[in-house]
Amino acid sequence: MTLASRYDILVIGAGPAGLAAAAESVAMGLRVALVDEQGAPGGQIYRAITTTPVQQRDVLGADYWYGEKLVAAFERSGAGYSPRTTVWAVTREADEFQIGLSCDGGAQLIRARQVILATGAQERPFPIPGWTLPGVMTAGAAQILLKSAGLVPGGTTVLAGSGPLLYLIAAQFTAAGARVECLLDTTPAGRWRDVLRHAPDFVASPYAAKGWSMLRAAQRMMRIVKGVEQISAIGAGKLDGVRFTTGGHTQDIPADLLLLHQGVVPGINLSNAIGCAHHWDAAQACFTPTVDDWGATSIPGITIAGDAAGIAGARSAEARGTLAALHAASALGHLRTAQRDAQAVAPRRELERWNRGRKFVDALYLPAPEFRIPTGDTIVCRCEEVTARQVTETVALGCTGPNQMKSFLRCGMGPCQGRLCGLTITELIAKERGVSPAETGYYRLRFPVKPITLGELAALPQTDSSVDAVVRIKR
Amino acid sequence: MFKRLPDLAAFHPDARALAVTIDGKPFAARAGDTVAATLFAAGLADCRTTPVLGSARGPFCMMGVCFDCLVVIDGQPNQQGCMIPVGEGMRIQRQQGARAVAAAAGPADGMTPEAQP
Repeated sequence: MTLASRYDILVIGAGPAGLAAAAESVAMGLRVALVDEQGAPGGQIYRAITTTPVQQRDVLGADYWYGEKLVAAFERSGAGYSPRTTVWAVTREADEFQIGLSCDGGAQLIRARQVILATGAQERPFPIPGWTLPGVMTAGAAQILLKSAGLVPGGTTVLAGSGPLLYLIAAQFTAAGARVECLLDTTPAGRWRDVLRHAPDFVASPYAAKGWSMLRAAQRMMRIVKGVEQISAIGAGKLDGVRFTTGGHTQDIPADLLLLHQGVVPGINLSNAIGCAHHWDAAQACFTPTVDDWGATSIPGITIAGDAAGIAGARSAEARGTLAALHAASALGHLRTAQRDAQAVAPRRELERWNRGRKFVDALYLPAPEFRIPTGDTIVCRCEEVTARQVTETVALGCTGPNQMKSFLRCGMGPCQGRLCGLTITELIAKERGVSPAETGYYRLRFPVKPITLGELAALPQTDSSVDAVVRIKR
Repeated sequence: MFKRLPDLAAFHPDARALAVTIDGKPFAARAGDTVAATLFAAGLADCRTTPVLGSARGPFCMMGVCFDCLVVIDGQPNQQGCMIPVGEGMRIQRQQGARAVAAAAGPADGMTPEAQP
């Protein structure tokens, strides 16, 4: 669609948080637009829910199809919606924000008084030897192929890693009639003992029954190897097999598809570039935007909802989307504080319900250090093909942090802009220096946060100030 | 490595075939798929070689994050295959190494329309 030039609230991302935030904002009578990179609403969790060719509903499961309700409410709301649209900049202009967008190869600048980031999560980097080989991909990527294209693994497939999503994907493949040869579970042996204190909360959570049935289904349908300590992808030019070690014993198995997963982390490229404060979250081993219980960041007018403000899952994201909208409406003077608080009671109750058991999941599935902090020739930065050894040698030369590391090695400077190496680089430097990840810090990210052509930038309408900035001889 | 679920055509009215080429060879793509999904459906795991070391890569994240699925589409290099829907008549090429500088490659191979004379 064609967007207007001004909105009260711009929502970025059409997952559960963004859909809920946009629908709630419109219901309060505000002028709202939602922009999203995908061609249809749903985010990654409800990816392709309006277009999926997988119509046999038990394949993707009831929790997936729940998203239909959310998308329908958003579509009924009449909020502005621009799919296939990438946000590459958000900057403050007087008392508004200017947002740089790119859609179908054309750039555009629009303005909004409040911005809600609902940019979701991405899979945590899983740097193992050979993880750049064709045939190795994230488990989430294979799930996207299932949801959006009805494609399932058809050869010799190995799943590896830990976390609930890994078992959910195994269950979905099985329901779709696809075969998984083997699941290599890297959850450290004995982790159960450390997390028992959080178990009662999890057992009382809505996730417990589903988690248990997924585990049971996977155990019936595929070989599961527990306590896997090392994994390598083997092959020249493409994946031929997987080498893994468990209990000190190493073996090779043939495979043409290796699907990696060790949880998801907030996508922070946009919030970081905007300048919002972030902190190291030790429980989830990632950097997270620092927000209050409405999702408000350190920058007035920028609110973050859903997994982009800390991983808590789809149903929590939906509640946090509603809360972010209430906060933004209140900040616009559209809602009195008392009204805001009254309307927040129901979503806060939902949030509490769906956050129960989170500590248990975080503690049980925090990936072991050896799967987060690689060594030797393992590639850390996929874009610039920088290895762990190069990083540690550069620390030995005196390099103290990720931003200086860019100057030495160009890590984080390729097209993905650190999305696939940032956390690894931070933890690797921190380990080598014997300091905390918090002290080591993260890449300082800058606009444009996604690549945009010079042609697109040049085609933007010029303002007097932008001309003055580059024209040295006054007319 | 990937196969299509059986009897999808029976469910979805959009499941018609689009005539595209992959590295010059004709292929019948499914309407609704992305370019990266089309490559997997064609049995291809790799879609490019890297500019730095020339190593083979294939789509990795399928959600616009990793930029490993870069391909040449209708002569335009560095396109994110996982973000672009496949279209009728599309010419998809796997991308070898770094993209050519537009001026050296000529306008047909990389310059954006608005930048052309």
